[in-house]
Amino acid sequence: MDNLLSIITFIPAVAAVILALFLRGSDAAAQRNAKWLALLATSATFVVSLFVLTGFDPQNTGFQFVEEGDWILGLKYKMGVDGISVLFVMLTTFLMPITIAACWSVETRVKEYMIAFLMLETLMLGVFCALDMVLFYLFFEAGLIPMFLIIGIWGGKERIYAAFKFFLYTFLGSVLMLVAMIAMYMDAGTTDIPTLLSHSFASDEMVVMGFHVVGGLQTLLWLAFFASFAVKMPMWPVHTWLPDAHVQAPTAGSVVLAAILLKMGGYGFLRFSLPMFPVASDLLAPLVFWMSAIAIVYTSLVALAQSDMKKLIAYSSVAHMGYVTMGIFTANQQGIDGAIFQMLSHGFISGALFLCVGVIYDRMHTREIDAYGGLVNRMPAYALVFMFFTMANVGLPGTSGFIGEFLTLMGIFQVNTWVAAVATTGVILSAAYALWLYRRVVMGELVKEALKSITDMTRREKAIFAPLIAMTLLLGIYPSLVTDIIGPSVSALVAEHQAALPPVAGDTQLAQN
Amino acid sequence: MTTIILFAPLIGALICGFGWRFIGERTGQVLTTGLVMLGALLSWYVFLTHDGVVQHIPLLRWIESGSLATEWAIRVDRLTAIMLVVVNSVSALVHLYSFGYMAHDENWSEDEPYRARFFAYLSFFTFAMLMLVTSDNLVQMFFGWEGVGVASYLLIGFYYKKPSANAAAIKAFVVNRVGDFGFALGIFGLFFLTDSVNFDTVFAAAPELAQTNLSFLWGEWNAANLIGVLLFIGAMGKSAQLFLHTWLPDAMEGPTPVSALIHAATMVTAGVFLVCRMSPLYEFAPDAKTMIVVVGATTAFFAATVGLVQNDIKRVIAYSTCSQLGYMFVAAGVGVYSVAMFHLFTHAFFKAMLFLGAGSVIHATHHEQDMRNYGGLRKKIPLTFAAMMIGTLAITGVGIPLTHIGFAGFLSKDAVIESAFVGSGYAYVLLVVAAAMTSFYSWRLMFMTFYGENRAHGAGHGHDAHGHGHDAHGHDAHGHDDHGHEGHGHHEPHESPAVMLIPLGVLALGAVFSGMVWYNSFFGDEAKMRSWFGMAAGVEHAEAAAATEATATEATTTEATTTEGAATEAVATEAHGEGWTQGAIFMGPENEVIHHAHEAPTLVKISPFIAMVLGFLLAFQMYIRRPDLPAKLAANQRPLYLFLLNKWYFDEIYNFLFVRSAKALGAFLWKRGDGDIIDGSINGVALGVVPFFTRLAARAQSGYLFHYAFAMVLGIAALITWMTLWGGAN
Repeated sequence: MDNLLSIITFIPAVAAVILALFLRGSDAAAQRNAKWLALLATSATFVVSLFVLTGFDPQNTGFQFVEEGDWILGLKYKMGVDGISVLFVMLTTFLMPITIAACWSVETRVKEYMIAFLMLETLMLGVFCALDMVLFYLFFEAGLIPMFLIIGIWGGKERIYAAFKFFLYTFLGSVLMLVAMIAMYMDAGTTDIPTLLSHSFASDEMVVMGFHVVGGLQTLLWLAFFASFAVKMPMWPVHTWLPDAHVQAPTAGSVVLAAILLKMGGYGFLRFSLPMFPVASDLLAPLVFWMSAIAIVYTSLVALAQSDMKKLIAYSSVAHMGYVTMGIFTANQQGIDGAIFQMLSHGFISGALFLCVGVIYDRMHTREIDAYGGLVNRMPAYALVFMFFTMANVGLPGTSGFIGEFLTLMGIFQVNTWVAAVATTGVILSAAYALWLYRRVVMGELVKEALKSITDMTRREKAIFAPLIAMTLLLGIYPSLVTDIIGPSVSALVAEHQAALPPVAGDTQLAQN
Repeated sequence: MTTIILFAPLIGALICGFGWRFIGERTGQVLTTGLVMLGALLSWYVFLTHDGVVQHIPLLRWIESGSLATEWAIRVDRLTAIMLVVVNSVSALVHLYSFGYMAHDENWSEDEPYRARFFAYLSFFTFAMLMLVTSDNLVQMFFGWEGVGVASYLLIGFYYKKPSANAAAIKAFVVNRVGDFGFALGIFGLFFLTDSVNFDTVFAAAPELAQTNLSFLWGEWNAANLIGVLLFIGAMGKSAQLFLHTWLPDAMEGPTPVSALIHAATMVTAGVFLVCRMSPLYEFAPDAKTMIVVVGATTAFFAATVGLVQNDIKRVIAYSTCSQLGYMFVAAGVGVYSVAMFHLFTHAFFKAMLFLGAGSVIHATHHEQDMRNYGGLRKKIPLTFAAMMIGTLAITGVGIPLTHIGFAGFLSKDAVIESAFVGSGYAYVLLVVAAAMTSFYSWRLMFMTFYGENRAHGAGHGHDAHGHGHDAHGHDAHGHDDHGHEGHGHHEPHESPAVMLIPLGVLALGAVFSGMVWYNSFFGDEAKMRSWFGMAAGVEHAEAAAATEATATEATTTEATTTEGAATEAVATEAHGEGWTQGAIFMGPENEVIHHAHEAPTLVKISPFIAMVLGFLLAFQMYIRRPDLPAKLAANQRPLYLFLLNKWYFDEIYNFLFVRSAKALGAFLWKRGDGDIIDGSINGVALGVVPFFTRLAARAQSGYLFHYAFAMVLGIAALITWMTLWGGAN
């Protein structure tokens, strides 16, 4: 099967079309059918994607499973994965069935809800597989729409505001990226990503509107992409859309948003910014480092002040993404390995944490921390699961959360010890806000009347968490599962990056004598 | 075999923790206890038969990234063997003890199962601690380090209904994380410099590190010193040294067996273990060692002063632990790592015993912890009294001066103080003073608990008298309100069951004999110590440094058996190439502290004994002969008394400096930073536009807009699908 990637990308889309065209009515039976079809489609996607994983050769650092064809208007349709993107594809296909299962209790506009998620999956997979810049842009932008709908239709009270904030922030960033892509096409004469990767963009100093731009065209292009990806990650200080979006989004929406959508920014950095504009990346890396370090400390402190569970976890997400951006631009093996690992791990952990909030939100319909307390007395299984993911979120060794944090910090230490020291304070702050949240929600006497009849997790809920727990532990104890796959591609990336730098600029390492 | 020792507690923890519903709580308890006991027996076997040669047992690959390669692996050497014995023995006894101690607990109602959870946590802790001590690289050690932190968090917060327990648990975890911050940076630094985190590689690079400068933050530092200091910050957190000590007394919120296991014998000694483990590095880091000595000595002194006036029996022992850990650090800091391990070893026995004894007292008096409500318990609980007495004799260091006959603490503490005398005058003075205070507060504890008249509710004294006693002792800032009026007062104190007394008896053996039996191996006989730790045999006080021939002879002339001698000889021949990769600890050729310590003046050698006697006499005077004295003294010296009673106000200062300011800063950044500045001005455009669209959407009467958007999605879906299947990819 040489068009495996297209198959996994479009299974969900086909299912969405089937749902849209053939499923009639909105009675309970129709709702159930919609859910089962969605679950079936996403599960099938996962199963098929396993063939990609097993067929993938980690030692080959080029693109694999490549498909190429002509498309409309002279554009190309090109798909393929390498060591950097293949696991994001897997992450997406793995999490989507879980997400669908997590919205089993939704009752309003079920069909449309399922269609939105199925489309979202197609578009997300497309982003990770696309090997043509235009195709990438299309998937990247179109992905906004289903999420916009999920927040805007199935969200909370302030959903309209949050949906537009989400849309505008990410959309405005992307406009600049589009301009940059056009400029790249003019410069390189192609939109083919593998070709662009080997194209070297000019990095001579140039003057734009009276400003001397060091790094020239590369810097300008880098900044344009940065605008888009930094919002998507999100990085401080353009992160404020995320807490609002998370708070208003339904549980499943939050899961996808945190676990997969945010990773598009990190993936974009790795696919475009770092390899295509090495000089600019090197030049502007300190900017990224400091933005990341500030993000880690700033958002962790802000998380301490939250009274809404989802907001707290959203801010914690921003902090964790800080490790990712920091790791990517260290441009060394540990940093990038760690960044990718952190993104994958964050997919499981933050997804699970939002599901944890969802479990009690479904019962009590509030996200206020103060409305809870003493849940352990009636929900021991829930307390255990929540504890596990709290510890994973804190980066406890033995869980996947540790590996990413540890490697990125190890990477940054080799480049800039100030940033490393500031970022490492994140391990203290994360422990503080995460355990404090846990204490207020789960520990203590159960005194609130409303909680006295709360029930523990159902079998369905436990089944949703089981694979996430398994992955978090598995990757924490045996991370080679991931590093074996990403390692060769990352080391090739690092080597090319080093080679592309002028000899002097490469010498940013610490003095060592 | 070490693999079995390592994983037995994990298996127990998993089965007991998740399976107790199926196998029953009782079976779970028996299972975990049995497995840890198995581990303890095997540990003793390893300890007694270990020949000093380092073994590596790889288990599984772990973090690999570029040149970073870590694996799950077991390292067995003398240090590991010592720690295996300490951890597993105390853990096994604590498991056993908990059968009795946790049998009834008024924190839980009848239908709430808690025992299986407790035992599972205990076993999980044991596993994590074993991972820490058997690790072959720094990252795995960090795994164990954090693992014990979690276990400690879970056990301190075991009574999760109590707000104070929850607060203490979080405090312990977060303060430890402050230490971990240093530890982690130390690991990063080592990896940056040596491209490895494996002990052997790092040790081999240590001499080179001493010649290397590393620019870190604002300055250029000597690499070995910098790494040494960073790692020591980690050790300070875990071992509750000054500035990072505040969590330890609060950790007493956990059940008493936990305090004995985690917060006395094992986890808190992990910092000392770390320093000893990294001895090849510290030998090249003189400034870091100085810092260790100063911090250790100051902690020993500080904690002892606070211990003088505490009224909660567990807090007294907690501060005592803090203080004794300071002793260990001093020994390590002056370069006599074996003595640090010696004190760690003996301390584990007598401190665990004191805690378990205190637990027995608490059990006997129905969860009363305030010593002001004890008194005269000697006759009511004679066996517990006997055990506590042995523990007190051991911790205060009773023995025959100038001989090697005495309780465990006598030998190890004197070894520490003699080493300190050679290494640092500052430390020596503080440690001797602390020894006097140790003696005072230990005897104060004994006298208040077991002597005099019973001061419990209803035991001869009315409530008025009791209230009066409260006043007389100064207003306890923490006001002990646990001892309510539910009517436990009228129960007679009763002796604990055998299952609790047996562990006390076993530990008593350790508290009496462990010092005398292993004195020479740890300290007394340098050559024996070297061969015991598998070090390159006697680099005989520097003058014979070059003579391989001589070292081999030296080794065989010691009491080592022929096989040991042969092994040592083999070691000795390689000694000059890579001496630090041999054996469990490393002492540089210039490190003659242990030698000079043996030759310390007589006055120095008997000084701790004198201090001990003085402390005893003062306590006797104040609590037996003139029981009215303490109250008068507290009234006369009120500021000093309050200063000590409130633990030098560390908690208050930290609360103000860090906890509250962090929360305030967080709130400020959120409201002002995110709210006003970012959403308000930088993205003012967006903020202006968003409400505009919002109004637009609202005007569009819920939905039309979304229908359009939804149609767009379907359109895109259909378009892409069509293009893909029929238009493009073929």
